[in-house]
Amino acid sequence: MAGDLLSARNPLCVELDAIPEYVAEGFSAAVSSALEKGTRLIGLFGYPKKTGKTGVIAALALDSEGIIKLCRLAPSPSYPSLTVRHPGAHSLERSLYESWRVEPEGHPWLKPLRKIDLEVPPPGDASFYRVEGEEIHEVAVGPVHAGIIEPGHFRFQCHGENVFHLEIRLGYQHRGALGFLLGDISPRWAAVAESITGDTAVGGATAHALCLEALCGVEASPRAEAIRAVALELERIAYHVGDLGALGNDVGFLPTAQYNGRIRGDFLNCLMTISGNRHGRGLVRPGGVLFNVDSKAAAELRKRIETHHREARRSIDLLLDAPSVMARFDGTGRVSAEDARAIGLVGLAARASGLTLDVRTDHPAGASRFRQIPVSVGAHGDVHARALVRSLEMDRSAEFVMETLGALPEGPLEIPCGPLRPDSFALALVEAWRGELVHAKITDNLGKVVAADVVDPSVHNWFGLALCLRGQAISDFPLCNKSFNLAYAGHDL
Amino acid sequence: MLRILRTRLSLGHRTAPLPKPGEQPVAEGFRGLPVLSPGRCFEGCRACEEACPVSAIRCGEGGPRLDLGTCLFCPECERACPNGCIGFSREHRLAATRREDLVIGPGSGPPPVKPLEGELKSLFSRSLKLRQVSAGGCNGCEAELIVTGTLVFDFPRFGVQFVASPRHADALVVTGPVSKNMLVALEKSYAALPPPKLVIACGACAIGGGPFRGSPEAHDGVGSILPVDLWIPGCPPHPWTIVDGILRLMGVLEGSNG
Ligand code: SF4
Ligand code: SF4
Repeated sequence: MAGDLLSARNPLCVELDAIPEYVAEGFSAAVSSALEKGTRLIGLFGYPKKTGKTGVIAALALDSEGIIKLCRLAPSPSYPSLTVRHPGAHSLERSLYESWRVEPEGHPWLKPLRKIDLEVPPPGDASFYRVEGEEIHEVAVGPVHAGIIEPGHFRFQCHGENVFHLEIRLGYQHRGALGFLLGDISPRWAAVAESITGDTAVGGATAHALCLEALCGVEASPRAEAIRAVALELERIAYHVGDLGALGNDVGFLPTAQYNGRIRGDFLNCLMTISGNRHGRGLVRPGGVLFNVDSKAAAELRKRIETHHREARRSIDLLLDAPSVMARFDGTGRVSAEDARAIGLVGLAARASGLTLDVRTDHPAGASRFRQIPVSVGAHGDVHARALVRSLEMDRSAEFVMETLGALPEGPLEIPCGPLRPDSFALALVEAWRGELVHAKITDNLGKVVAADVVDPSVHNWFGLALCLRGQAISDFPLCNKSFNLAYAGHDL
Repeated sequence: MLRILRTRLSLGHRTAPLPKPGEQPVAEGFRGLPVLSPGRCFEGCRACEEACPVSAIRCGEGGPRLDLGTCLFCPECERACPNGCIGFSREHRLAATRREDLVIGPGSGPPPVKPLEGELKSLFSRSLKLRQVSAGGCNGCEAELIVTGTLVFDFPRFGVQFVASPRHADALVVTGPVSKNMLVALEKSYAALPPPKLVIACGACAIGGGPFRGSPEAHDGVGSILPVDLWIPGCPPHPWTIVDGILRLMGVLEGSNG
């Protein structure tokens, strides 16, 4: 039947030829009709075909049923752009064009996503959007900013203090990371997966491991999966605590800023106890984990986490109960649920806008199949909501970690991985602390990886930051930016 | 207000004292300075070389040699060695003033840091303002640099502070392998520092490309672009490694023994 898609569950591995293939218009129609039936576009993955031409796989999530739907575009220089009717596709289509030169025809603004005009002008239209008018002024910031922060370029179209539009140009951090994920299984892969978004090392390593395990047809043991889940939630807690402190700092509420800075470190030190590295690097590998948490270590970690969590709670309550803070948080940087859905926000930013979107619940893999974490949803999509969702998630993740550490299942830490299935497509989703993190791999007939892709949640969410600034005072930018706290390197790869 | 004070009391005072000579401030389990055993390698064994994701270790006569500047301090070589020749100590002192001193062999201690001398010493030993530039950094190194300014490590007590403008800075702290797209911005930032100025390469990426070593999209670190005065290994370096390296350079901490 026309418009059929292949269904699978996270993490998935399917034969390339089992994925229905459509010619240009048919492809756009199939994806479009699936999007209209409530799916979300989670990736457009280009890959080289045996013929030397470029194929494309579209992956869509049907969150309500925990299903991922797939279809392919038969080799073609272009196809009718999805962004025209589904704005959430804009960045994925730009990325596809930039990397594989498959043109989304009619894309409203085919601006380079990561390429910066150096010697060779990038493909597409790299100009900046400009609001004209006598009283309009433009403010340009970056790539180098005032603090210890990654580079990006921000352009504001302003009328007085008021922001009409913010345009964000990224790509400065592009390191060619995906190029290291090709070929035969290599120890380099995990190191790169941990460093694509280095503040999400556990999330990245987990998504990579799940994807590779699917591609080898193996599954890590329940014990390994539980240890991974503990590390992933500790990472989430540490960054949520840190971000809440940073939000306090931005509105001049220093007690929480100071305490949380320290408590964040306490949680990172828990990761160090497990893995020997404060960021959990070296812990998660395809096939399992490299470090055990024995019963003595688990008991001790539980004690520490209980204390740190109690302290974090007290510190964060100070922030959230302070009227002076709420006056700044409330109503600032709003993204409505409708806009959030339209632009394809994911993760905590989406939940703050009222969308119940969480990979751990919608597409559970590993330990989250057995012990669920309730989804934390906000209402107003403002800075306040993004703070509240973090605060709620901290509690729920702490509870999960305490329970999981209290009853770690048995099983080997590691099982061997390999060889890779030939002519296959594998995909894994993980709810990292910012949101949905996607890893995809495609193999050729020899079982070598010929295309790899990573979609950091920031790829979807940067536009959310741009949107929330509309009608806002430019002086609110730092606060709004902090409330999203998106990844540059992860976006730029 | 009262509640803030009560919370303040309950959370207590957490600034850590500087580690005394020989003291190891980082808890057990931390993968710090690798410990290599001499002469125990099996003939022809290349297990660690093959396991290393970034070719930081070489087997040879007299045991393995490891380049701390390339090393990611991952657990792979230790696990791969069939003979227990490789292990990790809790030693956090890893920085060096000369790139070649980062290559260690069996029996090596922490690499030496030569303290600033003459004018540089009198200018910077009690106040060193840093300007950070991330040039392809993954936000791991950046995160640990931020931490040095928090209550626990309290870098400002030694006059070390990150400043907003390169014009107010004495040293440029570079993270990341120097992505091609950041080259111009990095060079401009360096040019904006008033002389005399220092460059600090923080993390495996800035030293030699880190996990992205060999990428056509980056420069394998800052060494070929700017004159580096201090190399701080790690992926990312532990905040104590950063604090120790910079304080030894300033001459605040002794211990350039090597
Ligand atoms: S610890 Fe260093 S030398 Fe050993 S495998 Fe990892 S990166 Fe290579
Ligand atoms: S050295 Fe490691 S932590 Fe630092 S920027 Fe490179 S990958 Fe990230």
